[in-house]
Amino acid sequence: MTPVEAGIAAGPAAPAGTERRMTLADALPKRGGFQYNFAFLAEGAKREVRRTLLKAVAIPGHQVPFASPELPIARGWGTGGLQVTMSLIGPHDVLKIIDQGCDGSVNAVNLRKLLVATTGVRTTFDSREATLLQSRHRLPEIPMSTGQIAVLQVPLPEPLRLVEPSEVETRRMHAEGDYARMWVSLYEDVVQNGSVSLSWGYPCRVNEHYIMSPSPIPRWDLPRLHMARHLTLLGAGREKRVYAVPPFTSVKPLEFDDVPFTVENFAGMACVRCGSTDTFLDEIYDENTGRSFRACSDTGYCDLVKAAQAGAAAVMDREAAGE
Amino acid sequence: MGYVSVQGGATAIENSRRLNRWQRLRGPSMPLSVQQIQDQLGPLVDRVMSEGALYSPFHAALALKQASGDPIEASFLLRAYRSTLHRMTDSLPIRTDRMRILRRISSAFKTIPGGQVLGSTSDYEQRILDFSLAEEPEAAREEAARDLASAGGEAAATMRPERFRKVVDLLREQGLVAPASAAPSAPGAAGREPTDITQHSAELPLDRSGRLQMLARAETGGVLALAYSSMRGYGSVHPTIAELRVGYVQVRIPHPFRPGQSVCVGALKVTEVEIVASVQRSEPEGKPTFTLGYGACFGHNEVKAISMAVLDRAMKSTTPGAPAEDQEFVLLHTDGIESSGFCSHFKLPHYVTFQADLDRLREMRGGEE
Repeated sequence: MTPVEAGIAAGPAAPAGTERRMTLADALPKRGGFQYNFAFLAEGAKREVRRTLLKAVAIPGHQVPFASPELPIARGWGTGGLQVTMSLIGPHDVLKIIDQGCDGSVNAVNLRKLLVATTGVRTTFDSREATLLQSRHRLPEIPMSTGQIAVLQVPLPEPLRLVEPSEVETRRMHAEGDYARMWVSLYEDVVQNGSVSLSWGYPCRVNEHYIMSPSPIPRWDLPRLHMARHLTLLGAGREKRVYAVPPFTSVKPLEFDDVPFTVENFAGMACVRCGSTDTFLDEIYDENTGRSFRACSDTGYCDLVKAAQAGAAAVMDREAAGE
Repeated sequence: MGYVSVQGGATAIENSRRLNRWQRLRGPSMPLSVQQIQDQLGPLVDRVMSEGALYSPFHAALALKQASGDPIEASFLLRAYRSTLHRMTDSLPIRTDRMRILRRISSAFKTIPGGQVLGSTSDYEQRILDFSLAEEPEAAREEAARDLASAGGEAAATMRPERFRKVVDLLREQGLVAPASAAPSAPGAAGREPTDITQHSAELPLDRSGRLQMLARAETGGVLALAYSSMRGYGSVHPTIAELRVGYVQVRIPHPFRPGQSVCVGALKVTEVEIVASVQRSEPEGKPTFTLGYGACFGHNEVKAISMAVLDRAMKSTTPGAPAEDQEFVLLHTDGIESSGFCSHFKLPHYVTFQADLDRLREMRGGEE
């Protein structure tokens, strides 16, 4: 048992006046009287993150610095998103954590394990049930709705880093709305490549004001941030920045009138598992034959489609049997 | 549940942890005791405390045991543990001129007030692999103690005065180095509070207190590489070590009940370096003075403290030209926890982003599948 696990085994401390589901950790003996706080972070640290988030929501797309203390997860592995989730989560939240769209991906499993062990909250794979959804590189296929919060993990929050390495300089550029170099770089890209070659983390303009990196989500997911019903919070732990897209806020990709923004092209392809033709499809190679096929990146959605098909088939079977 | 090629993630992680533990314990020797690490791997423990930003030899040694001796991994464990600790109060500024000296040298003057104290160093040892250590008997400890006593080593240590004047102060009294800038005052008192990088995100450009804090937590190899670039050619800091001190300093906090008084809450072993570097005029008409660089870190780590001092001086450059003179370049790329974390994160799945890359490339090649 690692020290972190030992601390976790000692069980989370429930916040005063709230009820919490019992976890395995509650049954284990407490070690030396030491307890990690509910959702690991100290209450003061959580409060600081929440204060910063309020500012981020008030100024859509603006990167707000925060202290970003170290977590038991490595920098670059989702510590920004994790701090946002830890500072917001309450005992009645329903949590979904995905990585590359998948609930079962190693890092999603690891982050979920830490959060469940320190909070005891209920988790789900169905994005519609989640009150808090933390994700790396994807938004769920089913558009999120009012009351839901998407927390995106961000490796590099600065969209202007593409054209300017200095942090002091990019902050000035944002403050002055000096985005000329960004536009010129996109123009040069079009001249050299025929289209904008940026594939993920496509820069977008939020609320007609700041240019923002939407985190490394594919182009496919970008339209789902525009005028969305849900709140999106983006956390960059290593770079110590949070920013936000409040509900019903415009998020427009940078594009030229004559070179419009396009999403990934999956024409003529379908998920090998559920048959969907309207989802972001991963390219997968058969371990034995080397043949490539396509499958939904959003595994929770894929499971729902499969279950619906199975349900419909069962109904048809019953009808056929004359029940 | 998912069917991507990391399916069974939970089981794989759990089994990997089992394997990791077995790798550490598989040798037929006894499990390492934390006490042994603390006692016999001093510089490693010190390095982990410094980079992990927590002064606790026990926790650093425990982290080293858990990390099988990997210093970056151990300092990461310590840094994460640090986040869970309550911050009780701010200490008063530490008086390093009241350091209980273990070692003190100056490369600027042959003799200095209080005298040079070589202390424990391998600087003048010939680096010849000592095969007698391969079979070191338990009696070696007694024998080493007798050997040291016969040389009168310990006796000399107790005869040193309580307080040494600093070499830099000698130069400062003669006006040869710029006067000390307005020092951050005690917490609560009027005046400038030092920046605290653990409570706020470092906003660049950082003031000197913030820069020194970031350097104090930086990875030894990282600061060494950048400082070396400045020493070797990419920069113009030609340092002379005015003073290098290693020893114990008292940590004092304001007395909780008696206003104006302070109370000692413990001692830290630190390494402190002051370098004197190239001549500069503070004002166009002013007389030229030496410039100073300062480095201090937890534990005994001279390479780190000297590198810090060189970088501190390099970052004061008014016209940054070399990488080591650019504070963004130095400060944002030398934290071992952040750089190693980001470096490792490339091992995570990037299926979606790579799929998006493939889509772009295929479109640019003319829409082939």
